[in-house]
Formats: sequence, structure tokens, C-alpha cells
Amino acid sequence: MPVSVANSQAIYDALKACDVKIISALPETWLVHLIRMADDDPKVTLVRVAKEEEAIGISAGAHLAGVNSALLMQNHGFLAAINPIVSLALLYKIPLLMLISYRGHMGERDPWQTQGGMVTEPLLRTLGIPIWHLSDPLDAQRRIKDAQTLAHAALSPVAVLLTRELMWEE
Amino acid sequence: MLRADALRAIYPEVQDQIVVTIMGAVAAELYTLGHRTNFFYLEHAMGLASSTGLGIALAMPRHKVIVIDGDGSLLMNLGTLSTMARYRPGNLVHIVFDNGSLLSVGGFPTATATGTDLAGVARACAIPQVAEADTPERLKQVVADALAGETLTTIVSKVEAIGPKSFQMDLPLLENRFQFKRTLEALRQQE
Repeated sequence: MPVSVANSQAIYDALKACDVKIISALPETWLVHLIRMADDDPKVTLVRVAKEEEAIGISAGAHLAGVNSALLMQNHGFLAAINPIVSLALLYKIPLLMLISYRGHMGERDPWQTQGGMVTEPLLRTLGIPIWHLSDPLDAQRRIKDAQTLAHAALSPVAVLLTRELMWEE
Repeated sequence: MLRADALRAIYPEVQDQIVVTIMGAVAAELYTLGHRTNFFYLEHAMGLASSTGLGIALAMPRHKVIVIDGDGSLLMNLGTLSTMARYRPGNLVHIVFDNGSLLSVGGFPTATATGTDLAGVARACAIPQVAEADTPERLKQVVADALAGETLTTIVSKVEAIGPKSFQMDLPLLENRFQFKRTLEALRQQE
């Protein structure tokens, strides 16, 4: 499977540098190594959710309890979670560090991913959620930390879009 | 059983605990009994009170967390039972008031009115301890037992589809959110 282990590790190291203690995730091809790294890490609680909506609640609870969390999801998972992003995270000013695998964008060969890929950024912008693209592993530490910093300062969800260039080796 | 009577019966057990409720009648009735800064009323995001409570329970394993859920909300997020059961935090107590109705939005019947058994769903999802409590006395006892134990418990209580005249609460939701977070931070510092 040509998902980049090295770049997944760079992302995981960046999350650890952000003192993330709870990571929620729903399995997705590009995220397999990140999920395994979280599962193997005794200092991180990995919560495998049944649907991404739950992850918004789990991260809200973690924030209210004063613990840093991150969410791993595919962009279709973001689409599935829009109502709680609006009616919990935005309504209650809850910071969310959302790492979203950006399927269905440039280079996508799977037709079924393309519609979600094309609406992801417009929807994030409509919701007023700040976006970082992460394409270079050298940017991982800085961009993920900066995304978390803004989320906490603005009390808002932020999105780090994990691009094909970063995640997929071919 | 009236939910208001059930809440009154368990108030002494829950008043000093971290509590997350759903919106609507549950929130208004608990608030009327006496607001505490350790109570968080999730006034929207139907279905996610249990997920929010799970997040708190995982983040604060030394503190008990009580979620007060409803049939309509739980039916919107049945996957939460499988996720709670997977991680089974022993500090989480999940109370579900089942009135068979979406009371706050017109009283339309939910699937529990036509046979869906939420306690059965909870058992089938592998929640390690599931109780049913249909009188205030029994509910008070099972809540006290769940708080005294270390086992994730879901309690389903059948209640009548009767709520308060008004769902208004003199507490802006952000005020509730910030005071609740401060209260949890103070609890963590006592650890």
C-alpha cells in the first residue's frame, strides 16, 4: 500500500509535539499508518468511532476537561460531521484540530471520491473554518502546531488538509 | 414515572458529579431543580451528549461522569453505544430517559414507541452493565450503585411524555460552557 510511512510519522510526531493525548479516528486508507501509530502509543488514547459525528463530541469533552485532542478523518468524514461541527463546535466555541485526508482532489483516480473532493474546501470556507494544506513533510511540525495554536486562540475548529502529495507515494 | 420526579430522586446523587445532559425537557428540568457549574446542558447537536461525556470520561478517569440522554437523542447516534462499550470507561454512567417521543419538537413517537428496546441495544453493543429502572426509588438505587462501582453502566428509564411548560433557562449557553470548563479544570487541579 503506497501510503507514506515516513510522512505519516512526520504528522504523528507533530501531533505529539502538540501534546495531543486523545486521537479519534475512523479507518481510511491514507490514515492507516497514523491510526496504527496512535494505537501503538501508550501515552495516547485512540478512540475508534463508528461515525465521525461522535468524534466532534469526544473532542469537545476532551477540551472541556482540559486535554488536547486531534481528529483523523477522511473528507467524507468531515462531510458526515457538519451538523455537530456547526451545532456543537461552532455554537459552543470548541477548538478542534481536524486532520482531514483530502481525497477526490487533483490526481484522484477513484471516481467515487471526486464529488466529496470538490466540495470540501468550499464547505470549509462557508463554515468559516481556517484551512492549512499540508503537502511537504518539512511543514508538518510548524503547520500542525500553528493550526492548534489558532484553534485554541480563536476557540474554533481548524482544518489541516492532508494532500495526496504528502500521503500517497506512486 | 415522570422524568421530573426521576430527576428529583437522583439529584442528591448527581449534584456533585460531572453531568452532561441533552437539550429540551431534561435540561430544563434539571436546571429548575438547581443549576450547578458541574452541569453542562448540550442545547443542540442531538445525539452527542453521550459522545461528549465519553470524551470527558476518557480525559478525566479519576472523576465520575454522568450523561443524561433521551431516546430520541440516542436513536440519532446509536453508534455511541458501540464506541462506549469498546472503551468502557468505568467512570461513565449513562442514563437514558425513554419517553417514546420527540417531546421537545412536537411529541412525535420515536422507534421505542413501536418496539425498539434501547436496553437490549445497549446489551447487544456489549455495554458491560445495563439496568432498567422504571420507578424513582429503583433509579436512585441503580444510579448510586453505578457511581459506587467501576463499571460502565447504561440505565434505561421509561418515563411519561410530559415535560415542563417552557424550555427556557436563564443561562446563556456560552456562560454554561465556560463555567463548566472552569469547574472541570478546578477538579483536575485537585487531583
